[in-house]
Amino acid sequence: MMKHLLSMDQLSSAEIVTILDTAESLRSVTDRPIKKLPTLRGRTVCNLFYEASTRTRISFELAAKRLSADVINFSADSKSSVAKGESFKDTAWTLEAMGVDAIIVRHGSSGAPHQLSQWVKASVLNAGDGQHEHPTQALLDLYSMREHFKDLEGLKVAIVGDVLHSRVARSNVKGLVTMGADVILIGPPTLIPPQAATWGARIGYDLDEVLEEIDVCYLLRVQKERQSEQLFPSLREYAALWGLDSRRLARMKPEVLVMHPGPMNRGVEIGADVSESPRSIILDQVANGLAVRMSLLYLMLGGRSEDGEVFE
Amino acid sequence: MSRYLLRGGRVIDPASGVDERRDLLIEDGVVASTGATLDEAGAEVIDVAGAVVAPGLVDLHTHVREPGREDEETIASASAAAAAGGYTAICTMPNTDPVADSAAIVEKVWALGREAGLVEVVAAGALSKGQRGEKMADIGEMVRSVARVRLFTDDGHGVQNSLFARRVMEYLVTFDAIYAEHCEDEALAAGGMMHEGERSMALGMRGIPSEAEELMAARDIALAKLTGCRLHLLHISTAGTAEIVRRARAEGVRVTAEATPHHFSLTDAELESYDPNAKVNPPLRTEEDRAAIVRALADGTIDAIATDHAPHALEEKDVEFQYAPPGMVGLETSLALTLTELVHPGHISLTRAIELLSVGPSRILGLPQGGPLTSGDPAHVVVFDPDGEWTVDPARLRSLCKNTPFVGRKLRGRVLHTFFAGRLTVRDGVVLAGELV
Repeated sequence: MMKHLLSMDQLSSAEIVTILDTAESLRSVTDRPIKKLPTLRGRTVCNLFYEASTRTRISFELAAKRLSADVINFSADSKSSVAKGESFKDTAWTLEAMGVDAIIVRHGSSGAPHQLSQWVKASVLNAGDGQHEHPTQALLDLYSMREHFKDLEGLKVAIVGDVLHSRVARSNVKGLVTMGADVILIGPPTLIPPQAATWGARIGYDLDEVLEEIDVCYLLRVQKERQSEQLFPSLREYAALWGLDSRRLARMKPEVLVMHPGPMNRGVEIGADVSESPRSIILDQVANGLAVRMSLLYLMLGGRSEDGEVFE
Repeated sequence: MSRYLLRGGRVIDPASGVDERRDLLIEDGVVASTGATLDEAGAEVIDVAGAVVAPGLVDLHTHVREPGREDEETIASASAAAAAGGYTAICTMPNTDPVADSAAIVEKVWALGREAGLVEVVAAGALSKGQRGEKMADIGEMVRSVARVRLFTDDGHGVQNSLFARRVMEYLVTFDAIYAEHCEDEALAAGGMMHEGERSMALGMRGIPSEAEELMAARDIALAKLTGCRLHLLHISTAGTAEIVRRARAEGVRVTAEATPHHFSLTDAELESYDPNAKVNPPLRTEEDRAAIVRALADGTIDAIATDHAPHALEEKDVEFQYAPPGMVGLETSLALTLTELVHPGHISLTRAIELLSVGPSRILGLPQGGPLTSGDPAHVVVFDPDGEWTVDPARLRSLCKNTPFVGRKLRGRVLHTFFAGRLTVRDGVVLAGELV
């Protein structure tokens, strides 16, 4: 298994399958009364978060603890050394000097995990960098789709919304295309530049046109803070044209899955009733995130997946 | 003053149409004589057989950091880097702190250049006070100062307000001075970190579209036609801008243009490593743009190769890509990149290379440089081995900053000696700073 996980570009379909299969085996740990494996005992994992995040950090922290790793959390908030002017590189070297085995990094600057991986000996896991990638989100999404559809090959997945600014979209398109899925990006050209066509995805502007044919409707969060950039006229118009409401849900296949990386804007990209409908697997995504992150830590920090003996 | 006899070099002097094996005698700051075989007559003989002897290089676009950021580059250190790169003149950009928008600042820059004594330091002045694009800088006072400013620019920023651009152009006609533009529509480019295209989309970085440059180039050409002002377009980087300039020149508009070594050598593929040293403005463009810039250098659309030498301290560059300032140093690699990327592959001749690095920029600035190297002409001379291989090593760069993406790159073309007004400033590749002043 690879040393760092920086981008979905790195992973072949076989490697993705290994990660998802391992996650499936590990998932059972969560159902035990004692939810802990000794695999990473004595290893140290650091969550280095330059962007506020609750769910991803907690998910990684829990994943590492379930594998018995020691976990330290470093948040670049107003009280940290970063606020005192410490550079990214100095922070990285400080962690290195303390002997961490893996650094899970979230950063607002695209490429920061790439840079970090050149400075330290520890494994680097990208937990979201700028508008670039969020590979563990893509892997947990693939896992969630695979739970419902045995084969990802040929699966029709619509990714709807702000592809331009979304690291979730980039990682998901790469992962889905690698697994042979048929990806359609839906939204206005202000959010889906034509260059996205080079990723192997189709581009469409009309959500209604594809409702009947898709197996998965993946909704991206509308970043309200981007409203000032004039990417579309209003949230109301966005919701009318690209929001998934119950009327649109009713036109889709009965087995369709509705997915969202969270946090949701109910009433904008997703209707409140849709998010709570049986077709929505949004909470499964969260639960599966834990298993996928355990799988990655397990595989990258020296565990084994072939024989499965450590799970017994 | 010493006498030097350069023995057996290939003299390439586009201004006199010469390209032949000749000796060159330098005496009292001027070329005393040239000929097939000159008598030593008490001169110190420097054997330059196999090397090219050409007029000293002239850089239209150098960022010194004095005044304001002397930790990054002083006029003396930039002069040493320039001499090492074969230059005998540099035009310093006004975006210092304080901005060179008054006679006092440009005179200081000029005086520090004289003190360093390694190259002619030609101060450019700002177009607007503080380079804010609102009020005219003290243009006439800078023209009339001892610094004799001829080129005005708000480089680092394009002039956003078209009316202001028009007014300054009109005013500059008084002095037949040059309006030099950093072509960038800031609204279109806002937040951009690299060229906008497939790569920026894949890397998740906000892009700067080619159109941000092309719109302003087209506007300025229209205004130059309207006003009759001399226009110079700094660091043009796209196929579209090259075509806009080509058409304007065919129409007879008084426009000149420069391109940088990094824009004819590199593409946005460099950004895939997220190396902050490859971050520059205008950004590295696509292969198609790079090839178009090479064609425009070859066919005469572009007049000059200019470095856009932009030193940045290590602590400012060695950060997240997004936070790094744009710019790279270039004075010490420009000749070698021109030879390696343009001459050796056959895109341009050696003569054209000298035109682009010396004659063209010297004419734009109206300097008594760029040749001809005939009897009685000032002896600004570079001697280089066009085939000499070397590897770019930050430790050996004279610039105080080492921010270049060419580190470790093997280049062909090495400066041997530089003469500034008949004095050796570089000998066998070593800057002779100690002997000066």
